[in-house]
Formats: sequence, structure tokens, C-alpha cells
Amino acid sequence: MSTLKVPTVAEMVARNEQPDILFWVGCSGSFDDRAKKITKAIVKILNYCNVKFAVLGAEESCTGDPAKRAGNEFSFMMQAIQNIELLNGYQIKKIVTGCPHCFNTLKNEYPELGGDFEVIHHTQLINQLIREGKLLLKEGGSFNGKKITFHDPCYLGRANGVYEIPRNVLKKLDAELQEMKRSKAKGLCCGAGGAQMFKEAESGDKEVNIERTEDALEVKPDVIATGCPFCNTMMTDGVKYFEKENEIEVKDIAELIANAADL
Amino acid sequence: MISQVFFILLLIIGFGLFAWNIQFIRQNINLGKDLDRSDQKSKRLKTMLLVAFGQQKMFQRILPAIFHLFIYLAFLLTSTELIEIIVDGVFGIHRFFHPYLGSLYTLIISTIELLSVLAFVATLVFLARRNLLKVPRFQMSEMSGWPKLDGNIILYLEIVLLICVFTMNGADEALYLQGESHLPGVGTFGFLVSSFTGPLFFNSFDVETLHVLERIGWWGHILVVFAFLNYLPISKHFHIIMAFPNTYYSNLNNKGGLTNLSAVKEEVTKMFDPNFDPYAAPSDGEAGMPERFGAKDVEDLTWKNLMDSYSCTECGRCTSACPANQTGKKLSPRKIMMDTRDRLDELGRAKRKNGKDYHDGKSLLGDYVSEEEIWACTSCNACVQECPVNIDPLSIIIDLRRYAVMEESKVPSELAGMLTNIENNGAPWQFAQADRFKWAEE
Repeated sequence: MSTLKVPTVAEMVARNEQPDILFWVGCSGSFDDRAKKITKAIVKILNYCNVKFAVLGAEESCTGDPAKRAGNEFSFMMQAIQNIELLNGYQIKKIVTGCPHCFNTLKNEYPELGGDFEVIHHTQLINQLIREGKLLLKEGGSFNGKKITFHDPCYLGRANGVYEIPRNVLKKLDAELQEMKRSKAKGLCCGAGGAQMFKEAESGDKEVNIERTEDALEVKPDVIATGCPFCNTMMTDGVKYFEKENEIEVKDIAELIANAADL
Repeated sequence: MISQVFFILLLIIGFGLFAWNIQFIRQNINLGKDLDRSDQKSKRLKTMLLVAFGQQKMFQRILPAIFHLFIYLAFLLTSTELIEIIVDGVFGIHRFFHPYLGSLYTLIISTIELLSVLAFVATLVFLARRNLLKVPRFQMSEMSGWPKLDGNIILYLEIVLLICVFTMNGADEALYLQGESHLPGVGTFGFLVSSFTGPLFFNSFDVETLHVLERIGWWGHILVVFAFLNYLPISKHFHIIMAFPNTYYSNLNNKGGLTNLSAVKEEVTKMFDPNFDPYAAPSDGEAGMPERFGAKDVEDLTWKNLMDSYSCTECGRCTSACPANQTGKKLSPRKIMMDTRDRLDELGRAKRKNGKDYHDGKSLLGDYVSEEEIWACTSCNACVQECPVNIDPLSIIIDLRRYAVMEESKVPSELAGMLTNIENNGAPWQFAQADRFKWAEE
């Protein structure tokens, strides 16, 4: 059962309304069971803060990020041109994404193709909502005394220079935020970017997510915080590999905040 | 008089040969495709000043940065000393600026001497790091043979150069103390290091030997400088020049954005345009051969990619930060850059010999870089982030992938499935597009 209010842009436009911001859910957020929980956490926050948002629903389609990074510019371009046409048709001005890959593509690759939107990542929106006082977190919440470490998504961090905002949000949790030895600009990839999510890795002596999970385990965290559905999958698998899934949670920042706000 | 003539000849040959070699590199870089980096001049200048001149990104790793800074500063200041050497050499005088600059002269030479001592220490540290400490990034397969020798030759040359500087100043100090220097007068130059090392090492020699030693130092210095200058174009050490233009022409956009291929955009736009007539005669702008999608060889890369390859000093910071490389995959971003340069050098040579339309049938992808390497990349930008001179190996990797996929249909089988899904149902997995909004009801 669901008490979520998730209006679509089509419904809104039919009522002669415009969303203030479009929530771009992304393919993981729409179809992957684990990522759907992140999507719902974001919606809970949007609902709670009375943000006038909408989703594209079944009209949404892949941004083309994995196609482009896999070298297929044709597939990418077909996605991009259709998406831009749809978004411009609905006169969308501002977009929040649940995934740094969508965020990066919409923000950096669409403008030249005619899709000029203000694009933010969900951690940036959450940060803004907290700053504006619209999102209040409970004092001494369930994270009190817990140790959280943040894994920088490459497409949020190095790709777009967003390092501090996710950390600012996590600091509101009343928990201990501990950095891994490699973080921010030096953060190690989870192994899923560049279309690796959809293929087996080339032969080597280790999986990248295992290498990265080792970084995380070194700080002995209670929670590994992520901001990307791909990273979430990779880190969750890594934690399971080390049989630590009963001790360490892998959670998106949106889930942590929704939890702390008791949503 | 003879030595002046010889010096002027050396000067002409030294600089002339350098200019001659440089033009080939320039020609090679121009084999690349057009790319507009003429915008945002003040931001570009600032990037160059910070990253190249100010060594900003070197300091991502503090210890090597400090030792490198010693050598860099010594190099910069010694270059000013070179002005005097050239004036002295051409006109047959000794320490031309000494009478004019007075105590400033002492200060400048003292600073050069101090930095030279620091650079000497740094050079020994770097030699030890390469040959004794076996730092992993200097031991990888792409570093065997010439690249390893190249790295050591540069350091040996630096040692010879620094020994020459101190022989020159030390012997001259010992001479000046006896009133026998070619500079009139008697006393001490008061230079920071040689006012000690002069008496310490050179007092036991007679005047004649000291004059010979001073000349050996002086000539040795300038000969090594010209040897260095002409060694640069065939060496990784060329970065000392290329770092400046390369950072000036940096990509100033967010690192995550890849280029959009305008030819593909045109094709796809036509595909979606119901009024497009596929049988219509091409308009003026469209005529000619369709361009190759992506890059098979160096000519398909942009001139900036090619400039990147000449700016690489093979430090391997990119490779040591690469997640694929750290987990034992074949990919090394440094090797991508070295391959690009080596292939460009080969192709450029062949074209100069056989005409500009000549092609030797080899290519960057296949003969130099394997498909296994390019498919191991996670596009995480760690290599781009690490590079102290803003080289972008990722854009080459992506362009090679584009060629493999769009021109040769060579794509790892799982990715072929992913691409089909995106085309069929707008998601990388096989789910019906109509089910995309079901999450809200679950």
C-alpha cells in the first residue's frame, strides 16, 4: 500500500498546472527493486516538504548515458532528442534526478542538443530543503552515535565537482561522519560507471567494488552512504562479499534523511 | 675569438635544430581533428598559471611535488642565468651583469645556487625512486625499455648540469679570491654556496688548472643545456614546454560531460523529421565524404588529444589512480597516452616520407591499444583528475569505443543486449516501457 502522492506531468498539465520541478526517476529508480526504495524515499521527502513536483511516469525514458559511454552515440542521440522534445514540450525548467548519471547527462550533454534545464541531484535538493527549514530532522534520531562513511559517486564528485553538499546533509544526522582514506576528488569508483554496470568486468585479479568496499570497511562504519543507485548495488554486493550485511547498511542519503525525519 | 665563433655556431645549431624538430611535432599535432578552444581566454590563462606555472595539481601528492618543485624552480631560474651565459659567450666577456646589478647579482646567483643544491638532492631522490625504491607506477610493463632509460637519461643529464654549475662558480670563486678571475678585482663573489665550496674544493689547484676547470664548467653547462633542448622533442621530458599550452587549452567544462557527435545528431534529427526527404540532393554543407564515427587512428582524434600525448611525462599518476588498473585489468591510462604519441610519431614520419595522403595501414586501435583495454574503463575520471598537466585519457578511450561500436559493431555481448533494450524499451534492462511507473503503486 502506498500513501505517496506522485503526480505525473501529463496530469498536471491537464489541470493547467506546471510543476516547479520535475523529478527524473531514472531507469534504476523505476525498475530496480533496491533503487525503487530510494525513489520512494525521495518522494516522501518531496511530499513532506510540499514540493510542487511531478514525474514523467511511463513517458520517461533512459537519458542515454550508458549507451553513450558504451560508444553508441546513435542510441544516445535517439534517447536525447526524444527526451528533450518531451521535456521542452512540457516546458520543464528545472529537474531533480535520483541518479548522478542522469544528472550528469541532463546537465552537461543535453544543453548543446537544445535541452537547457536547471539540473540538480537529489542530495542538492535535500540540502536546500533543510537549509530553508522545510525539512526538519528529529533531535537525537536513530543515527545518534552511529558511524557513517560516504562513498562519492564519480558522476557527482569528479564529474561535476559536488563533494560537500552530500556531506553537509549527512552532518545533519547527528551521526559521526568518517571519511575513507580515498574520498572526494580521490574517491575510488565503485566499478559500475562507463556502462560497466551492464557487463562483466575484464579479467583482472579483483573486482573494483571489492577494492572499494575494503576502503569502506577500514573505517568500520555502521552505514555506508551513497548517492547513486549503481554505487548502492556495487557497495551492497561488496558488503555481502565480506559477509558484513548484518552489521553494515548501505543506504542512499535520501533514505537516511527520510528515516531521520520519521517519514 | 675562436671560442666566440664556436659559441655563436653552437647557439645557431642548438636553437635551429630545436626549431627544426619542433615543426614536426607541430605538424603531427595538426593531423588531429578540429576543436574550438579559442574561448574564455582569461580563464584559460588562469588555468595555465595555476596548473602549469603554479604546479597546483602536482600537490595532490605532496612529497613528489616538493622535490619536483626544487627541480622546476632551479630550471626556471637557471634559464635566467642562461641569458648571461649567452651574452658572455657571444661577446667574449665574463659575468657581464656583475658590474651592473651589484648586490642583486649576488642575490640572483645565490638563489640559483641554493635551488641547484635542492635540485641536486631531488634528482638523487628521483633516481633512487625509479631504480632502488621500485615505486610500482614506474615498474609497469609500458615503462620497460626506452621509457625507463629516458627517465634516467634526463636525471643523469641534470646531475651533469648541476656539477658543471658548481664547478664553474667554485673555480671562479677560488680564482677571484686570488685576483685571477676574468672579472677584474679581488675578493669573494659572496654567492651562497660557492663562497664555501670554492675555497673548500678548489683552493688546492693552481691558477691555470682553475681556469681550465672554470671553462669546463661553463662550456659543460651550455653544452648540456643545448643537448637537453634537442633531446626534449624525442623525450617525455618535453612536458616542460608542453605543460603550458596544454593547460591553456584544457577542457573547461565539467569533466563528466562527453562531446556530442554533431554528425550523429544530424542523422538522428533527420530520422525523426517527417518532412525529411532521403532522396533529396544534399545541401551545400552536407556534401563530401561522411566522417568516421569515433576514432580508429590518431588522425580521428582531436588536436588536443594529440597535444595531450606530447605533454605526458609518463609519471603514471593516472594509472595508479585508475580503478581498472588497480584491480589487475589491462587498462593503463598512461599507456593510452604513450601509445597515442608513439603511433602519431610513426604516422607523422610515414606521411612526411611518402606524402600526406599516405597511410601505412596500421591504427591506434588494434595495433597499439587493444579492445580489452578500452572496455575495462569505468569512465570515473580519476585519471583526468590526477594528471598534473590536465591530460584527458578518457576522451580518447571513449572515441576508440565509439569507433569499435559504431563502425565495426564490436561490442561486448552483454552491452549489445543493453543497447538493444535502450532502443526497444527505453531502459538498459528488458522491462516494458509501460511498466516504468509501476513503482509508485507497489
